[in-house]
Amino acid sequence: MSRRTRRPATFGQALSAEWIKFFSVRSAFWGLLATLVVTVGLSALLALAYIVSLNQLPPARRAAFDPGAYGLAGLNFGVITLGVLGVLTMSGEYSTGQIRSTLAAVPKRARLLAAKALVLAAVSLVTGLVVAFVSFFASQAVFATKDLDVTLGQPGLLRAVIGGGLYLTLVALFALGVATVVRHPAGAVTAVLGILFVLPIFGAFLPGEWGATVRKFLPSSAGAAIMNAGPASGSLAPWTGLGVFAAYTAIILVAAFWLFRRRDA
Amino acid sequence: MIQATGLTKVYGAKAAVDRIEFEVRPGVVTGFLGPNGAGKSTTMRMILGLDRPTAGRVTVGGRRYRDLPAPLREVGALLDAKAVHGGRTAYHHLRGLAAANGIARRRVEEVLDLVGLTEVADQRAGGFSLGMAQRLGIAAALLGDPGVLLFDEPVNGLDPEGIRWIRRLMRSLAAEGRTVFVSSHLMAEMALTAEQLLVIGRGRILADTTMTGFIAANASTHVKVRSPDLITLAPLLTARGWRTAPADRGSLLVYGVSPAQIGDLAHAARLRLHELAVIQPSLEDAFMRLTADSVEYHARSRDVA
Repeated sequence: MSRRTRRPATFGQALSAEWIKFFSVRSAFWGLLATLVVTVGLSALLALAYIVSLNQLPPARRAAFDPGAYGLAGLNFGVITLGVLGVLTMSGEYSTGQIRSTLAAVPKRARLLAAKALVLAAVSLVTGLVVAFVSFFASQAVFATKDLDVTLGQPGLLRAVIGGGLYLTLVALFALGVATVVRHPAGAVTAVLGILFVLPIFGAFLPGEWGATVRKFLPSSAGAAIMNAGPASGSLAPWTGLGVFAAYTAIILVAAFWLFRRRDA
Repeated sequence: MIQATGLTKVYGAKAAVDRIEFEVRPGVVTGFLGPNGAGKSTTMRMILGLDRPTAGRVTVGGRRYRDLPAPLREVGALLDAKAVHGGRTAYHHLRGLAAANGIARRRVEEVLDLVGLTEVADQRAGGFSLGMAQRLGIAAALLGDPGVLLFDEPVNGLDPEGIRWIRRLMRSLAAEGRTVFVSSHLMAEMALTAEQLLVIGRGRILADTTMTGFIAANASTHVKVRSPDLITLAPLLTARGWRTAPADRGSLLVYGVSPAQIGDLAHAARLRLHELAVIQPSLEDAFMRLTADSVEYHARSRDVA
């Protein structure tokens, strides 16, 4: 029990602790690998499916071809893997009992959650950008066989690809927020996938003008709008859409911070 | 030094901890004794800031846990052995905790060595036995070389060698001038390790005293009498105003007397005695008497008979 002066623990130390913790469980490796495989694989596969069926498509569908949205279609499935990773970052603490050790080391709850969110955001951003660019180049290689390929220099495409990475980052943070509120892993995964995947299915049955408006504002539809290179009917404008999704994420994170600070661990 | 004032935790309509006051001082092992469900763990969780008190406060060195500048350097806690992500290795578990409080990597290796887990430092904690997990929890508690240590039921799951080890560890930590606060529902265990005693039952502090003082005050010496003439002897004993209680077949417990008094009485009445023994009070007896009314869930005697 040395009586040397004790420097107060800092946010940077909490950050480095969360960094060590993030990469010292296998779910991080598998989650990131799965994200890469699923997004790039499905982007290429969906591109392939498009060009194979090209001759049977009605002209209207062909006219609606958006090299951004079609080339990045696989990123919509990265929502699952990064969403699950975001959930596990927090619910792994509760399901294992680790949370008690974690809070003993960092009892300032807001500091802890902020450190977790920042580590997750950094990892997801790098991963999201990598898989967005690789998905884009993979699908363009497929489109090139029918001379449908485009380059990043064309209008809106660089924004669509970078935006895809940003969208996936927000998805991970959204999932972290849900998991902090729900705590139970299965419940949190169900909630995240329910909101991002099942809501649009219900949305498709909504009738008329207001149904179309609601569909645009559903979280995953709004967020994915950033991947449209050109204007698309039935979607919000790209940055508007991403902004709406960022607002949903902010709301869930505010709720997460509020509950995390008050609840017993 | 740990200080609680008016500390209360209410779950629903039930007070798990009910306006308790206590001080845990440095330099001795203080035992926190109570039956299961008495409020020991809830109190420990409030000390660590895991649970928010409904009322009152508890401080370590004058500050609430969450206001400590570098908590692991001031308080080390073993609350339960399974407060670990099973997918992480022992080494990485400790590295993460150390990093959060600016504790050097070298210290992680030191505590692993201290608890004897160096060999398995690179194995995932999920595969650890309860005894190994308990050692990992103790390593985490010692990580910041803290002046205050909390152990919640530390001997659970340890083998006899491990139990002796942790008793020695707790006593030596106290001898170094640290505050050591250890909970248990095992009375015999407390008698072996603690000098100070805090007894809790149904969320209230029932006793705050030294171990020897507690036993002396709460358990009275009594004498066991075995006699084939008990039918004649018993009324004579009660006629003298001595309290008796039946023991096993053919014997009685007599309170507040010396063996000589009973021997003389029997001799005067020409009754045979086969056994006359002084029963020393144990911590267990003292504890049972004190908590008899405060045990949360009584086994009903007719159900277990």
